[in-house]
Amino acid sequence: MTLNPNPELGVRAAAPRLIYRKPDVLADRSTHYCPGCGHGIVHRLLAEVMTELDLPAHTIAVAPVGCAVFAYDYLNVDFVEAPHGRAPAVATGIRRVRPEAFVLTYQGDGDLAAIGTAEIVHAAARGERITTIFVNNGIYGMTGGQMAPTTLIGQRTTSSPLGRDAALMGFPIRITEMLAQLPGVTYAARGSVGDASLIGKLKAMIKRACLVQIEGGGFSIVEALSNCPIGWEMTPQQSLEHLNGPVVEAYPLGVIVDRWVVSQPAGAGSAGAGSAGGEAPAPAAGAGPEA
Amino acid sequence: MTEPREIGVDARMTEAEAGRRSRVLMKGNEAIGEAAIQAGCDAYFGYPITPQAELLEWMARRMPELGRVFVQAESELGAINMALGAAATGARVMVSSSSPGISLMAEAMSYMAGSGTPMVLVNVMRAGPGLGGIGPSQSDYFQATKGHGHGDYRVPVLAPASIGEAMELMATAFELAERYRTPVMLVADGILGQAMEPVELRFRNPERHVFDWALTGAAGRPARIIKSIDLQPEVLERRNLALQHKYAEIARQETRFATECMDDAEYVVVAYGTAARVARSAIEKARARGIKAGLFRPITLWPFPTRELARLSRHVHGILTVELSSGQMVEDVRLAVEGRCPVAFHGRMGGMVPTPDEVVGALKALSGKVERTREREREQQQKRHSGLLEDRTGGHRRATEAASRERTQGAEVGVRAGTRGGGER
Amino acid sequence: MECSVVFAGFGGQGLLFTGQVLARAAIKDGLEVFWIPSYGPEMRGGTADCTVIVADHPIGSPVVDQFDAAVAMNLPSLRKFGPRVTPGGLLIVNTSLVTSQTSARAEINELRLPCTELAARGGDDKLVSIVALGALVGRLGWVTPESVRAALREISAKKRPEIVHTDLGVFEAGLEAGLRVTA
Ligand SMILES: Cc1ncc(C[n+]2csc(CCOP(=O)(O)OP(=O)(O)O)c2C)c(N)n1
Ligand code: SF4
Ligand SMILES: [Mg+2]
Repeated sequence: MTLNPNPELGVRAAAPRLIYRKPDVLADRSTHYCPGCGHGIVHRLLAEVMTELDLPAHTIAVAPVGCAVFAYDYLNVDFVEAPHGRAPAVATGIRRVRPEAFVLTYQGDGDLAAIGTAEIVHAAARGERITTIFVNNGIYGMTGGQMAPTTLIGQRTTSSPLGRDAALMGFPIRITEMLAQLPGVTYAARGSVGDASLIGKLKAMIKRACLVQIEGGGFSIVEALSNCPIGWEMTPQQSLEHLNGPVVEAYPLGVIVDRWVVSQPAGAGSAGAGSAGGEAPAPAAGAGPEA
Repeated sequence: MTEPREIGVDARMTEAEAGRRSRVLMKGNEAIGEAAIQAGCDAYFGYPITPQAELLEWMARRMPELGRVFVQAESELGAINMALGAAATGARVMVSSSSPGISLMAEAMSYMAGSGTPMVLVNVMRAGPGLGGIGPSQSDYFQATKGHGHGDYRVPVLAPASIGEAMELMATAFELAERYRTPVMLVADGILGQAMEPVELRFRNPERHVFDWALTGAAGRPARIIKSIDLQPEVLERRNLALQHKYAEIARQETRFATECMDDAEYVVVAYGTAARVARSAIEKARARGIKAGLFRPITLWPFPTRELARLSRHVHGILTVELSSGQMVEDVRLAVEGRCPVAFHGRMGGMVPTPDEVVGALKALSGKVERTREREREQQQKRHSGLLEDRTGGHRRATEAASRERTQGAEVGVRAGTRGGGER
Repeated sequence: MECSVVFAGFGGQGLLFTGQVLARAAIKDGLEVFWIPSYGPEMRGGTADCTVIVADHPIGSPVVDQFDAAVAMNLPSLRKFGPRVTPGGLLIVNTSLVTSQTSARAEINELRLPCTELAARGGDDKLVSIVALGALVGRLGWVTPESVRAALREISAKKRPEIVHTDLGVFEAGLEAGLRVTA
């Protein structure tokens, strides 16, 4: 099945039909992202979801250090800049003193799965009621394409010039699966920006993660597999093929854990459709600190 | 590495000329990495950060080639503590990063200084505070020289002004680290890291010593401990005193600086690193406009060349400090000068670099101010002189008061008489 | 003598490489040289430039705000660096991309060259920056053409030996253009 990313559309058939409107929360300016970069897609999905759920006015977001460091220039919501990797701790501080806010971190794989491992693990362990959008492009984009913890075995980067060698550089981390082990994690899923249908599914995951927070669940995270044509030294087209091939093989798509029964599914109930390895939703009891 | 080129020696070429032509073009970050390798670096630990990513990448390629250790850590915290571990066993160890990363290393730096663990740390500085721009900056002078982490400690800080000098100083850094059992820092700015200059492929590999402290397994000897703490205050104080003796020794033996055009200089620009190069151009321009200017360039930021600067401040009319910061080293300059001559400052921040013309402008402003003050002083002296003749009692008191007022108001004004002996330390 | 030139244009036009060729040639001529790229995220915008300072004495300030020469391979570069050429200096504009706009400065020498066409004549229309380097060397003579040829041979021989010949051909085309055209 294909998910309609915008269920309202297509209901009325009156002409002229508005096919798409850029959400107001998405700033009216061009981004600094390289041509073909996945960050822009994730920004757009986030903007759409926030608009649909009426979140922008009370969102406080935490920007990472990575290519998305300037996300605050592209999304018109309140933002604070966190040191590299510390966004989940910063978000925790916000959450604890502003229970009414919608709290969001947006992080890259270097930011979240390398330097920020302690912070993400402990935010998840505490079941912080925050939502993390984790853009995994398997590389340090901003600093010039060095190896990340998520880099595939054999992948050449500027700091693994002969390819990632597991004996010396270890194995790729599936950190979302690791986090999903923790009872504080209410929702964890992995999507991709690989093609239009995957993008639709990714949006549904983001929406569900946001709903979990809105409705009082614990920690929610969506990992978005993304491409970095520059860091991968590929054309945008090649990078998408690589993303849909070896990357997805190493990082299976789907809902990893869903421990929340959202009171009103709001069209997002089937977020895990077509996914592998999804765990059956568990009762909400004890999921988060406020549950 | 850019391979050594065949030297196209022409029969008519002088040796010096041939030398100049045999140089190779190297990028600062890569030259620093290669110099460390040639200085016998056994292990490198790092984490990517601009503007020193090429240094990490150089090591990523070269160290495994040579069968040596390269680890890209999960963070700067990881990197520096890996270095701590490797260095504790006596390995020649290096870490590099840039400002925010160095901040994360502060805790381990303190441990290493406290426990006497040698290590070389390169900081290609960013324009902080916070995330910091990647343009050239010297905004980490305080951090480097006044302590990164907590506690009563210092580390030698080397500040090259060219890629060639950076290469030479890398060997020095390892030497100092092992001689004094201390972390040593080398600071550069983004320009030095990113630029390419011709360099001679002359390297130095400091002699290896057998360390009587390194952890190698206690077979046949009492176990060794590398630590920074003793629980009894008396013992801990002795440990700290030993550190302080070491620092005094380093200050006596290892202070480095360079001067240019100082013979007849009336005004001195004090600057290090890239700022010193700007100053060099400025001095040339200033001289063309009649200001006799010279350059004093600290090469060790700690130990700071206090004594030399103090000596110099007795002869010159004024000092201008130029930095890529809001004015950090200038505090050490003022401490050294102790008010013997005016000390002015010119700096840019955020990745901006002052132009030579800006520096000339600052020199002109300084010299103008000094000339006016001297003029006023002369006038006053004349008045005082005639006043004394008229009224030997009241006039003298008034003159003394005026002089002391002058001294306190314009702390920088030229009371350069040799009557106060406190300058030299 | 101390001269500065900025090579500016799009990423992919080979500007950083060309700056390095000039730097290596300067070394061969026994000169001092300093090469500095614009670095970091600003490169993402698709622009790439580098500055090369050539001197017969140790180089002081590595940052220049007025250039003795500028190579503008596209319109944004012309806008950015055209005004920063010193009076009497040389501005090389790539008319293959900048068709009608000029610096509108009478006090500088504006050399307008169809770099793509000239590069094609030399053997590869992508080597536009080498054309500009040829013209710069032909016109200003900071370094000798022999040294540039040697530098090109040396670099290409290591990386892509098959293109040495084309590199040299394109350089000659630029050199000729620089020597011939009078601004
Ligand atoms: C403490 C610290 N260390 C390192 C850096 C340099 N740095 C900036 S972004 C980044 C990683 C970017 O990778 P990722 O999080 O995967 O984001 P991407 O750019 O790939 O989207 C690093 C290491 C920094 N700014 N601060
Ligand atoms: S470097 Fe990679 S992640 Fe960063 S903007 Fe470019 S394509 Fe995107
Ligand atoms: Mg990444």
